[in-house]
Amino acid sequence: MSSDADPVLAVDDLRKRYGETVALDGVDLAVADGEFVAVVGPSGCGKSTLLRVLSGLEAQFDGRVAVGGTDVRAGGSDDVGMVFQEPRLLGWADVRENVAVGLPADVDPERPAARDRVDDLIETVGLDGFADSRPDELSGGMAQRVSLARGLAYDPAVLLLDEPFSALDRLTKADQQDHLLDVWERRGTTVVLVTHDVEEAVYLADRVVVLDGQPGTVASVVDVDVERPRERADPDLVALRREVTDALGR
Amino acid sequence: MAADTRTEPRTIGPVALPSAERFRPLLGLLVPAALVVVWHLVVATGTVAAYQLPTPLRVAETLSGMAASGELWGHVAVTLRRVALGAGLGIVAGTAFGTVTGLSRTASDLLDPLLQSLKNIPSLAWVPLFLLWFGIGETAKVLLIAVGAFFPVYLNLSTGIAAVDEDLLEVAEVYDLGRVESLRRVVFPAALPDLLVGIRGGIGLAWMFVVAAELIAASQGIGFLLSDGRTLARPDIIVGSILLFAFLGNCSDVAAKGVRDRVVGR
Repeated sequence: MSSDADPVLAVDDLRKRYGETVALDGVDLAVADGEFVAVVGPSGCGKSTLLRVLSGLEAQFDGRVAVGGTDVRAGGSDDVGMVFQEPRLLGWADVRENVAVGLPADVDPERPAARDRVDDLIETVGLDGFADSRPDELSGGMAQRVSLARGLAYDPAVLLLDEPFSALDRLTKADQQDHLLDVWERRGTTVVLVTHDVEEAVYLADRVVVLDGQPGTVASVVDVDVERPRERADPDLVALRREVTDALGR
Repeated sequence: MAADTRTEPRTIGPVALPSAERFRPLLGLLVPAALVVVWHLVVATGTVAAYQLPTPLRVAETLSGMAASGELWGHVAVTLRRVALGAGLGIVAGTAFGTVTGLSRTASDLLDPLLQSLKNIPSLAWVPLFLLWFGIGETAKVLLIAVGAFFPVYLNLSTGIAAVDEDLLEVAEVYDLGRVESLRRVVFPAALPDLLVGIRGGIGLAWMFVVAAELIAASQGIGFLLSDGRTLARPDIIVGSILLFAFLGNCSDVAAKGVRDRVVGR
């Protein structure tokens, strides 16, 4: 579904090296507006590096990476929000203030509308009652959900997620996955989710991109043509899960 | 979500009886109290001559006599004023330089080597130069104290800002906080504990430097009292002044630590 429309996210022949180590070696990826793409791969295959490039945190790379037609090094990354693998919260600030970091620059966090929005997001990630808590009063899974709420507050054209659910217990994880789908459907956000969880990738995404390590290249792309809402135990999903797992070479 | 809820309301158990723990801070007074007793004994028994070391009681009498006559308060007020002005000035300058060098690699390369070497100049070495430049008035003393207070603040803040967690700076970048907002919301709060450590050290050094300033050129202040006691061969005044410095320095340190603990929250 991506190739005919103008991709909101275009990656052409991306090569990224850290010194002698080649992290990504010729990655191509086109993500259409509103598409949900999952990237899976073994650890060390450059999944996180790919997100760092897309979010504009890495200025040195070869190839072309553009968001909405603008190079990420020329301001294209402004439309990109990212939820990091670690919560990365401000330890001295409460949950509300941490989520408000994600509010777009032109929104005054003191305005009642902005406060309501932040409180809504805190509720969305299941942390109502913890708005005034400090990060050191939260468990790892709760902190990760604060970081997720911060990413949602940014309301970007493209939302990047780096294994955002890996620290959550099973039930919370399923809840949060469904919340993410809700937000994605409601706001039409384009999502790129990096995960090592094949089940999660197939359940959530329109397309699953399988990276092969090292150096990282695209091994295969699996389309998930299953209607939403999906059943986690849907036989089609189970079959696709196997296909992705095979592509991973496991 | 109950599974990952770690914060539980702190239950207050049965009201604790006053336990031995409560008196633990008083343990720190035991050794000084014992020393005062020993001090009294060695002077009273003549082991140490009274013209070299007066009895503790004599020192207390001298201090209370000077307090009653009002003479003491003038000296204490003058010294406190100098320390407050000098430390304030040093903290402001240290904060400014620490911020600039912490944020800019170029500023740090330009200024840090110089400042690092200036910090090793002993307080007394500055005195003649400051007298020459600023005369024997208050300016020279306040500036000298400011020099002392400057360095701990500068060093701690500069290091603190440069060491702000790269992960958090990336968050500020991804969410486009912009230069000013990321300073206000990320960099300064992250470096605040370092600044407070620096301020505490700066106030400590302000007390060191006020002695240097007052010993050499002053007609008022606790340091003057100290050197006056030597001229008049009054060991009670000398020991009294030293104890006064110890007491006031301690008070300001406890206050600075209190502020730090409150702000940093532990």
